[in-house]
Amino acid sequence: MSFQPVHFYQTGTFTVGNRLLEPSERSVQANIQRTNSLNSGHRACQGCGEALGARYAIDAAMNAARGRLIAANATGCLEVFSTPYPETSWQIPWIHSLFGNTAAVATGIAAAIKVKRQKGQMGDVRVVAQGGDGGTTDIGFGCLSGMFERNDDVLYICYDNGGYMNTGVQRSSATPPAARTATTMPVGPEPGNQFGQGKFVPAIAMAHEIPYVATATVADLRDLEYKVTKAMGMRGARYIHILVPCPLGWGAASEDTILLARLAKETGIFPVFEAENGEVTDVLKIRRKQPVEAYLKRQKRYAHLFGKKPAVETIARLQAAADKNIRKYGLLDQEAN
Amino acid sequence: MDKPFAITLDPGSSLANHTGSWRTSRPVYIDRLPPCNKQCPAGEDIQGWLFHAESGDYESAWRHLTRDNPFPAIMGRVCYHTCEGACNRGQIDEAVGINSVEHFLGDEALKLGWKLTAPASESGKNVLVVGAGPSGMSAAYHLRRLGHSVTVYEAGPLLGGMMRFGIPKYRLPRDVLEAEMQRVVDLGVTVKLNSKVDNILTTMQEGKFDAAFLAVGAHIGKRARIPAGDAAKIVDAISVLRSMEGEEKPMLGRRVVVYGGGNTAIDVARTAKRMGAEPLIVYRRTRDKMPAHDFEMEEAIQEGIMVKWLSTITQAEESSLTIEKMALDDKGFPQPTGEFETIEADSLVLALGQDVDLGLLEGVPGLEVSDGVVKVAPNMMTGHPGIFAGGDMVPAERNVTVGIGHGKQAARHIDAWLRGEEHVPAPQHEVAVFEKLNPWYYADAPKTVRPMLDIIRRQSTFDEVQGGLDESTALFEARRCLSCGNCFECDNCYGVCPDNAVIKLGPGKRFEFNYDYCKGCGMCVAECPCGAIKMEAEEI
Repeated sequence: MSFQPVHFYQTGTFTVGNRLLEPSERSVQANIQRTNSLNSGHRACQGCGEALGARYAIDAAMNAARGRLIAANATGCLEVFSTPYPETSWQIPWIHSLFGNTAAVATGIAAAIKVKRQKGQMGDVRVVAQGGDGGTTDIGFGCLSGMFERNDDVLYICYDNGGYMNTGVQRSSATPPAARTATTMPVGPEPGNQFGQGKFVPAIAMAHEIPYVATATVADLRDLEYKVTKAMGMRGARYIHILVPCPLGWGAASEDTILLARLAKETGIFPVFEAENGEVTDVLKIRRKQPVEAYLKRQKRYAHLFGKKPAVETIARLQAAADKNIRKYGLLDQEAN
Repeated sequence: MDKPFAITLDPGSSLANHTGSWRTSRPVYIDRLPPCNKQCPAGEDIQGWLFHAESGDYESAWRHLTRDNPFPAIMGRVCYHTCEGACNRGQIDEAVGINSVEHFLGDEALKLGWKLTAPASESGKNVLVVGAGPSGMSAAYHLRRLGHSVTVYEAGPLLGGMMRFGIPKYRLPRDVLEAEMQRVVDLGVTVKLNSKVDNILTTMQEGKFDAAFLAVGAHIGKRARIPAGDAAKIVDAISVLRSMEGEEKPMLGRRVVVYGGGNTAIDVARTAKRMGAEPLIVYRRTRDKMPAHDFEMEEAIQEGIMVKWLSTITQAEESSLTIEKMALDDKGFPQPTGEFETIEADSLVLALGQDVDLGLLEGVPGLEVSDGVVKVAPNMMTGHPGIFAGGDMVPAERNVTVGIGHGKQAARHIDAWLRGEEHVPAPQHEVAVFEKLNPWYYADAPKTVRPMLDIIRRQSTFDEVQGGLDESTALFEARRCLSCGNCFECDNCYGVCPDNAVIKLGPGKRFEFNYDYCKGCGMCVAECPCGAIKMEAEEI
């Protein structure tokens, strides 16, 4: 009479913690002694996805590196809200670089550590570089590509909120099509960011055939921690691209941050996958598929699509882009189709 | 500044910046009332005991359960589990099998011999309970736990009341019934069997009782005026079920017609079937109008019991009945059609409801009876101070669970009354409706396991029809609970706060907000799976 082929833990690994799991199987964030790399008192907006994503990622990296970690941080929201002089929210060795050179700074730190280790002057210390999408996909892209191309021993983490948010929501090359920013067409037949522009840096990183590339969102903590931990277990250039909703720039309610990240993944708008040496090795499947409207409607940056005359064609193009991701990355289980 | 080379800022120095001042509304931890608990007529804290069962701590679960209801093994078999109809999980996939987990806990307790918690101290008060049915024995248990000395007077020869004489043993095996009754007696409750109370005031005076709880039930089968020949065999359903407990089984013949549409009609038809008869239920309305629970009707049909809908019996003879066809009018009431037929019948069993034997209450000042039942105040007290009543003899739905609930409520009010106080039940929390939950976080019950569970739940002589779950399936079922409205320490709030403003207090201690830094974004509220946090406006 023993029918229990599958262990069932009420919430499984969807929640941050789970009292029914062994402590060793719980997330880093569930630990009462997590690093809290980015501590309280920072000046990010209410419900900031980037502040959350940075703590998730760096706490996991600190855990994997047993506390021996240096982070280089590009200029951008994350740097501005975390370190207004004379305060800092960081509780790890942390250095602020220019907007565009954080990959190069991290490369330098990694090189210095290598030399010091060769001389026997220090033990193993790992290096993380981090920045927003502006510092990564636009301004710092040359340095980033160089870091990949040389296969420097750095984990680069990009927190993608789709624009230059702290300077007043300007467009970046990671701003999605049709989204309104301060520097996209405000009126006319097709307001918002244009289709056919911008770039998806995870795919470009894969083209460098670096050891590890992954995408993640703040809605899937266990997946994010798994990827950071896996990346920290590897050497060479690694890249993780984390979708972090921005209540200010997206025009969303502060409590919807995680919901929006979840919807981005569940609609197929943001594919969550990992790749090794240029090849996709795994994807996070869609659990409850949603139409793109579910994601778009909650954000004022897409409000122009849902006026008196809904922009049916534009919405259909966004749906088509999501469907393309679903096909390309195989985001749906065969069974669920 | 006296810092080493290249160090400009102290780690974590932003703690000086109290971002809590930005807040316009604040999150607060709350407990909401789970819909199952709200629904339970016996007032069980279902979510509370499932919480213990989820971690495999079945004894704690059983102890938590028996705070409110001392008979989980009985409940797990005969309760109509309306809690499952209210269960929020029903809106995700299927309701949690609360009743089957209760069944498992009850059996586990009997198997391992867990004892009920003895009273901490004696009150010195003496309480009389009349009737050893579900309501009386529930009251006896709760009164005893409150430290009172309790004596139960039972007119019949055995404990259990309607649970024994009204519920067939294929639904409630007698060893289970006896074991759970005995466990209450073991707490130090005095029982006097074959002791019918003829006059409540005399008995109270003679026994020096400070208060009394009456729960004599409703045992007198209602009769209908059916013209009958002298040789026609007409009996009432309760007598049939009662005589099943004795040495001499009732003689009903082969073709048994049961007249009525309630649960008792179905019980007696299924009993007759098990005795080798061919029962036919005759009911004057349609299936959707019958008061019996649909699952019981379904089980009866599966067992091959036939039903004649829209029919009344107009004449009974020695071996036949005359039946008139009915039709429902606009208002849904059955009206005669003038169309008759004759069916063969060796006996006719009337299952038309039951009346209360109120003989013991004659001459009690202040006591009021209306529609054949005793009026009670919200505190379960009759018009006569010190005499309380519950179960089938007061106006309420008549079933075991309601009776057990009455027993508990009455015990609390009697306890307060004996101290010259009034028992004020704690105000109810707001209900944890489905919209307050975030169902994303609950694991999907794996498809491979679910169908097997369904089969076990429905397994099928007088052997018990409904089987129990084994340990692993019971654990699985318990873990399907969403813990609606009550923190189950999933750490979500602790994790999702971008401001690190949630303090984790450790296992069993839940969490606290650090309002110095909480900016009031509301993410913890949105991402709490079970709706145990809410936002409140700040006074600005």
